[in-house]
Amino acid sequence: MNRQAQSAVLFLLGAALLHAGLTDLYLRYVKAGLRPMLLASGAVLIAAALATAWYEWRRGRVDHPDDDHGHAHREPRVSWLLVLPLFALILVAPPALGSYSAMHTGTALQQSYGYPALPAAGRTLRLSLADYASRAVYDHGRSLRGRQIRITGFVALDRSGAPYLVRMALNCCAADAQPVKIGLTGRIPPVLQPDTWLEVTGTYTPRQTKDPVNHGPIPFLKVTRAAPVHAPHDPYDETWNT
Amino acid sequence: MAITKSAPSRAAHTDASGDGDEGGPQPDSKSPLVLTLLLVMAVLLQGPVRRALGAPVMQSWMTVFVAVVVQALPFLVLGVLLSAAIAVFVPPSFFARALPGRPALAVPVASAAGAVLPGCECASVPVAGALVRRGVTPAAALAFLLSAPAINPIVLTATAVAFPRNPEMVLARLVASLLVACAMGWLWLRLGRADWLRPPARTSYEGQGKGVAFWGSVRHDVMHAGGFLVVGAMAAATLKAVVPSGWLRTAADNPAVSVLALAILAVLLSICSEADAFVAASLSQFSLTARLTFLVVGPMIDLKLFAMQAGTFGRGFALRFAPATFALAVGVSVLTGAVLL
Repeated sequence: MNRQAQSAVLFLLGAALLHAGLTDLYLRYVKAGLRPMLLASGAVLIAAALATAWYEWRRGRVDHPDDDHGHAHREPRVSWLLVLPLFALILVAPPALGSYSAMHTGTALQQSYGYPALPAAGRTLRLSLADYASRAVYDHGRSLRGRQIRITGFVALDRSGAPYLVRMALNCCAADAQPVKIGLTGRIPPVLQPDTWLEVTGTYTPRQTKDPVNHGPIPFLKVTRAAPVHAPHDPYDETWNT
Repeated sequence: MAITKSAPSRAAHTDASGDGDEGGPQPDSKSPLVLTLLLVMAVLLQGPVRRALGAPVMQSWMTVFVAVVVQALPFLVLGVLLSAAIAVFVPPSFFARALPGRPALAVPVASAAGAVLPGCECASVPVAGALVRRGVTPAAALAFLLSAPAINPIVLTATAVAFPRNPEMVLARLVASLLVACAMGWLWLRLGRADWLRPPARTSYEGQGKGVAFWGSVRHDVMHAGGFLVVGAMAAATLKAVVPSGWLRTAADNPAVSVLALAILAVLLSICSEADAFVAASLSQFSLTARLTFLVVGPMIDLKLFAMQAGTFGRGFALRFAPATFALAVGVSVLTGAVLL
């Protein structure tokens, strides 16, 4: 790969990072906190591309054009691989991890330090999926009994077709994302497509099951109402990062 | 798997044989043409390619692949900028003064200095490469390479957050990582041979101004280490998509097997050292010692790092350095775990 091509690849790579960082695209792959670093590195890559092109142009004017061209200036062929993430990011933009990864990974439910009392006002209580699951399993649902609870997550079906509501929790990037799952029971919509986002309203039930992958606990929610919703702005649960 | 295995070796081979045949079959002037053709093809074939990639397993592979690259690139760029700054603005005499003259003493000093490079392992490879080229004794640069990703404040804080109930884990990680870094440095002094280190030929920018040298170094390192980063990301995504996590459950029952299993998992998964503590915390069926091994091995040697080391220092080096690091890291982790955990 000669320097013009390198300059082009650097420029496109920088532009792709800027594009991902300026839209919500980057949230499919990395944590929200990485955004400043993404934008800065995109800018540096573009600067490197422009500097390369500029010095190359100047060198071409000063020296003879093909003076010592053709050796010691090219990078090995492995550099060509950089076009792969470029294509993947610009042309395909793969979706955030969904039901396939969720059902192939064990639930990553964690016990919290304590469970502060939930606000008493209002009939319906909005909880994050991981918060509900953790309270249901490790606090034995003490703070949940008798409350209407509303949770958002995406649908995943296990081999037998039993529905789960899942949220992937992420620490750094999608490579370390792990699912937190709750089982659905009660008035479940008759047809459920995997990966559709649902907002379910329901009540606590002491029923639990074990995740077939890692034997982790999966609590259940007794559904009274379920409505499809748009995927949230950040598809991952990032509460572990704070 | 075939692609990810063969790519680094072929590329490293090209490196080792110097710069004579790097262009391969296509003459130099053709690479912009090849790039343009590739881009046009990719745009035209978007539809069929998307359909082929529609299968869930392929989608999750792509997502993890893109995520590893997107996550690592900012850190790689940071490391590359630092390495270019070292190469251009810091005179070699600075390191001669900053590090103790005796290599055996320079090794622990360099290991401890790893604490100041905030970032993950992608940043430390180019920086260590620049240190070697700047005349720092290789043993000290290698100790820095191993310790920096594991003992910097960001990583240690993340470890403390991930193990709220086991604060001793932070100390154990710090101690074990420092020990392995020093031991590898001393081992290199003892057994290392200069001709194993074969960094690829670089253009010399002597007498061309600092701007040319700085941006030339940035461009070279991004293209080079970036290519190897892609190899590592492909390998990590393949393993994440293919390996069922069910087998981990069986491995957790036997103490010896569990340590080895998590050490190998750390190599295969190639998770950023800033995030590995959270993954280790979630592997709760394993003993603390096994999880410590995961945290010590991961930042020192994994598929992504191996590919990048082969690119920066040469394949002959990486093939010797990686197994030694792995064995030492596992041994030291077990000992540290026995004492501290």
